[in-house]
Amino acid sequence: MTTLTIEKKNNKRKIEKNQSTSNASNKKNVFETKDLNLWYGDDHALKEINLSIPENEVTAIIGPSGCGKSTFIKTLNRMVEMVPIVKISGAIKYREKNIFQPKYRVEELRTQVGMVFQKPNPFPKSIYDNIAYGPRIHGIRNKKILDQIVEKSLRGAAIWDEVKDRLNENAYGLSGGQQQRICIARCLAIEPDVILMDEPTSALDPISTLKVEELVQELKKDYSIVIVTHNMQQAARISDKTAFFLTGEVVEFSDTDALFSNPEDKRTEDYITGRFG
Amino acid sequence: MKYVDTAQVQKRMNLRLTTNKLAKSLFFLSTMFGLIVLVVLIYRVFSQGIQWIDLQFLTGKLSTFAENAGVMGPLLGSFWLMLVVAPLTMFLGVGTAIYLEEYAKKGRIPSFIQTNIANLAGVPSIVFGLLGLTVFVKGFSLGNVVLAGGLTMSLLVLPIVVVASQESIRAVPQYLREASYGMGATKWQTVKNVVLPASLPGILTGVILSLSRAIGETAPLVVLGIPALLIPFPDSIFDKFTVMPLQIYYWTIDSALTKEYANLAAGAIVVLLMLLFLMNSIAIIIRNKYQRRL
Repeated sequence: MTTLTIEKKNNKRKIEKNQSTSNASNKKNVFETKDLNLWYGDDHALKEINLSIPENEVTAIIGPSGCGKSTFIKTLNRMVEMVPIVKISGAIKYREKNIFQPKYRVEELRTQVGMVFQKPNPFPKSIYDNIAYGPRIHGIRNKKILDQIVEKSLRGAAIWDEVKDRLNENAYGLSGGQQQRICIARCLAIEPDVILMDEPTSALDPISTLKVEELVQELKKDYSIVIVTHNMQQAARISDKTAFFLTGEVVEFSDTDALFSNPEDKRTEDYITGRFG
Repeated sequence: MKYVDTAQVQKRMNLRLTTNKLAKSLFFLSTMFGLIVLVVLIYRVFSQGIQWIDLQFLTGKLSTFAENAGVMGPLLGSFWLMLVVAPLTMFLGVGTAIYLEEYAKKGRIPSFIQTNIANLAGVPSIVFGLLGLTVFVKGFSLGNVVLAGGLTMSLLVLPIVVVASQESIRAVPQYLREASYGMGATKWQTVKNVVLPASLPGILTGVILSLSRAIGETAPLVVLGIPALLIPFPDSIFDKFTVMPLQIYYWTIDSALTKEYANLAAGAIVVLLMLLFLMNSIAIIIRNKYQRRL
């Protein structure tokens, strides 16, 4: 028990240190969580999370199944609230504003913070209508503008050349990898600030995975990206920063190179060397 | 040491296969029973009623002389009744289903409502007739007009629409809702653009089924005091009216006195059945059309 508390303290110190280094480099943060706790009923799924997500970088979240990484990313756009028994304490600041404030509009948050899900989930509509869905719900009706948004988004998701001749066909006719890039394009269409990706390649074959990874590299020029992955090589390949989650806690959070080459915590080392998880 | 005795297995094989065949025949006969009854019924009704159906029968007014009588009055009555029932049940039923499935927080009150909707579906139709008589005919002083009958019928078939719509809405995969909410859509936008289009085939099936039930239902209208001997045609929802099944009911009773009325009843049944088949076909066409679009 005592060792645990000591470790916890160490963690906090480490995280604070990391925060100060990121502040020192004068990078802005899009998200800052403060003492974030989350329960599913009596199940304490997130414990005292203090993380800063930097702007225009890829932040990877790794950890074994059930460690709370998906829960964490869904908390950032408050999608986790769709589970009725969720209780949350602490704060998440998005661009300096606490998203749990009673007056905060969740629809506004999700317009700024887009999400790509684990399983490709296009609507049973045409490719065009899928991409135009977001702009339309935000009130854009002008056909010319919609056309431009659709093309720009599909180009942005590197799938324009594959689908430009069949925009009116049902998106369900595409392959899994194409569907996932359609979902990324659909997310880009609302021109978000941050893109959350919840294991976006777990249902895809290696070639589609590679395409999505390349895309993430491309997208980080314009967007801040948080990506959950259970594939450590993927985290090492594409992310700038990595957070290692274990049983609802952040064990270690630092630059990806540092975390993989020289982990400070024993548990991180065990995990990335494949000793468990 | 082998536990499975091959000789024994061989010996039992015949018995098992025979039992299998027996089971198949039994279930086939069960299916045939319903089918044969339906064929006999349709044959009886059509052979007796079809020669009575002509333009005079379809467009004529009620008459004490069997050869002059027509079903235009009750046909129009059923039509006006549907004009009240269809939009009302659709709005109230689908609205209730959307509220319970999408808006209401899961808890005691929604599950209480849920149980009572199920209970409501089991209430005998004649009780709804009494309710309609007390509330709409007497309470609102509407009298036994189309509107009162339509309101009563709507209450009667509402549970069917609610339950069918709920099941259909529940079958819409959660990941489609997540995709919509994830882009900042409001609940209503998600319901309108994602949930309703995906659940429409199921909802339409429920609505048409409920309308078929309403068009054939007799007991509550008897309680409301809907007359069978009605010469003028109804022109609006505030007119007195009668409907097809009631007309059939009274003609059947009166056939004890006047033999030809039995044939009129048969003819009216044929018309009513045609109407129901037509409605169900339309439902299937609409459903297929929307399903293909999905």
